[in-house]
Amino acid sequence: MSILVDKNTKVIVQGFTGKQGTFHAEQCIAYGTNIVGGTTPGRGGEQHLDRPVFNTVRDAVDDTAADASMIYVPGAFAADAILEAAEAGIKVIACITEGIPVLDMLKVKAALDFYDATLIGPNCPGIITPGECKIGIMPGHIHKPGSIGIVSRSGTLTYEAVKQTTDIGMGQSTCVGIGGDPIQGMSFIDVIEQFEADRQTKGIVMVGEIGGTAEEEAAEYIQANVRKPVVAYIAGVTAPAGKRMGHAGAIISGGKGTAADKFGALEAAGVATVRSPAEIGQRVSDCFTG
Amino acid sequence: MNLHEFQAKHIFSQYGIPIPKGFVARSAAEAKAAAQKLGGPVWVVKAQVHAGGRGKAGGVKIAKSLDEVVEFTEGMLGARLATHQTDEHGLPIDSVMIEEGLDIAREIYLGALVDRASKRVVFMGSAAGGMDIEEVAATEPEKIITVRVNPVAGLQAYQCRQMGFALGLTPAQIKQLTQIMQALARCFEERDLSLVEINPLIVTGDDELLALDAKINVDDNAIEINRQAEIADMRDVSQEDETEVKAAEHGLNYITLDGNIGCMVNGAGLAMATMDVIKLHGGEPANFLDVGGGTNKERVTEAFKIISASPDVQGILVNIFGGIVRCDMIAEGVIEAVKEVGVNVPVVVRLEGTNVEQGKQLLADSGLDIIPADNLTDGADKVVGAVSA
Repeated sequence: MSILVDKNTKVIVQGFTGKQGTFHAEQCIAYGTNIVGGTTPGRGGEQHLDRPVFNTVRDAVDDTAADASMIYVPGAFAADAILEAAEAGIKVIACITEGIPVLDMLKVKAALDFYDATLIGPNCPGIITPGECKIGIMPGHIHKPGSIGIVSRSGTLTYEAVKQTTDIGMGQSTCVGIGGDPIQGMSFIDVIEQFEADRQTKGIVMVGEIGGTAEEEAAEYIQANVRKPVVAYIAGVTAPAGKRMGHAGAIISGGKGTAADKFGALEAAGVATVRSPAEIGQRVSDCFTG
Repeated sequence: MNLHEFQAKHIFSQYGIPIPKGFVARSAAEAKAAAQKLGGPVWVVKAQVHAGGRGKAGGVKIAKSLDEVVEFTEGMLGARLATHQTDEHGLPIDSVMIEEGLDIAREIYLGALVDRASKRVVFMGSAAGGMDIEEVAATEPEKIITVRVNPVAGLQAYQCRQMGFALGLTPAQIKQLTQIMQALARCFEERDLSLVEINPLIVTGDDELLALDAKINVDDNAIEINRQAEIADMRDVSQEDETEVKAAEHGLNYITLDGNIGCMVNGAGLAMATMDVIKLHGGEPANFLDVGGGTNKERVTEAFKIISASPDVQGILVNIFGGIVRCDMIAEGVIEAVKEVGVNVPVVVRLEGTNVEQGKQLLADSGLDIIPADNLTDGADKVVGAVSA
């Protein structure tokens, strides 16, 4: 087992025929993801990458029974794309798009309460269950089917954690990039809850960063609900206050959201922390060898 | 993106939010003309910079004659203002606001921002107007009144009344507060704001509520997708870090820091982590630099030029985890930049991921003095060692 996606997941690509959509759809197909088609309004009826193009997500779902979607449409139209997928009955929506206005996401977040859909992202690498289903932009070859669940706010830092858990031989059950924006779909807690319930997952790696209080909330949740070992790293100890560090959500404001606070909360909750991302693999290994 | 006070007040006026009578001036002559138009006997001269804490720093002055208006304006224009929110060099003053002097009976704080935890726009009010709200939040959080806006229903009148009664306003004043808050909520939504503050919102001797100051931050994402054309035109790059502006033109996320080790990294999280690891190994990062997920050779070259242009940089660490980005392409960019710029400080390069072997080979064959590193720890060790040697 894994969480959210596996070899049976049928995936469509929103923004299928665009440059980004095409490139990453090709990569996902090469990895073995069951991409069943995609949407580009006005191009319905065409074939792209040997798969059907639809005008609407509704058409795509009716024709292919897709249950997951990968979104590459530009920031101006991404909120619309997420809601279109939810309304059409898509269950797992991974929004890769960076640069969606925050107020758009506030509305999307409130609207999603009316649907049985899980949003991953935006501004994220996506989700992968190694060897089965890759939905997103992560390099597939560094992954290995295994037992560590990884959840992260950052793309390339996730890859560090992936490579190290591959190198120690444990591999990954599923890796979820929840994204670097201030308002997101799945939170750390949402993902960790699923990892705790998943039989394949034996341990959890959580990669956070400065800004907001999601890591502190996760710490509280882990202490009360999680029995599997959790290893955490937080980026941004040296980040200055008031500056947006690349990600829209990575900003220390009003003295809140510092890495020190987050490390403190996680350690108080009994989570194993590392001060360098280079130590993640070793620390995970230590959790299982005593 | 930040706006100047005069720009924020211009936006306020479009929404019917009451502001003092005033004009922006870019010379002493303009300031004097503005003061004459307003009539006396008292005026306020306010330096226009992108920072709070102007009053304590000498950026807000009360003038009791036209001569004083001219004198204060001349003292401010062309100077720099350093407040507790800026670095020690401060920000350049290119314009001032000349406003009517007012009879102030009470000062209140009113603000709104996007609250990440509740995923709502939240309005905040405090009877301790004019004070630093972050200080109030830290020392007396019970004095801050908050109301959360439902994204579907919008701000309701009862929430404004709730705020007004809690602030101890009279029914007549609460009516005005309700209009101001509802106008702010509309403005917030239509203009893609991430923060708005009126500090202070004053009650005058005539029982009128007025926004004495105005601060607006606009969501950069909304500017980026061209949804806020009027606001985008208000950008004043003189208030921003020159290197950061130049980097942004090349699609690079760059932030200047105090240390001496320059870093070039792909991905925001890894870039922060690289800074942290440098510090962990006893060094000090000179910058944050994210070349982006889908970067190219030209961007890498530009990034290198920007880092090595700083006289503080005594060593450079390149840390790349190639996912979409290929390591051989990064290596080509680094080689080209080192040849073109003639970098004369130690350069340590750690490559990992897609095409890593080709990338390492290119660096080794280049004949350049580039120090290869096996992993992040090794890279940080080597660059810190090279700088302190």
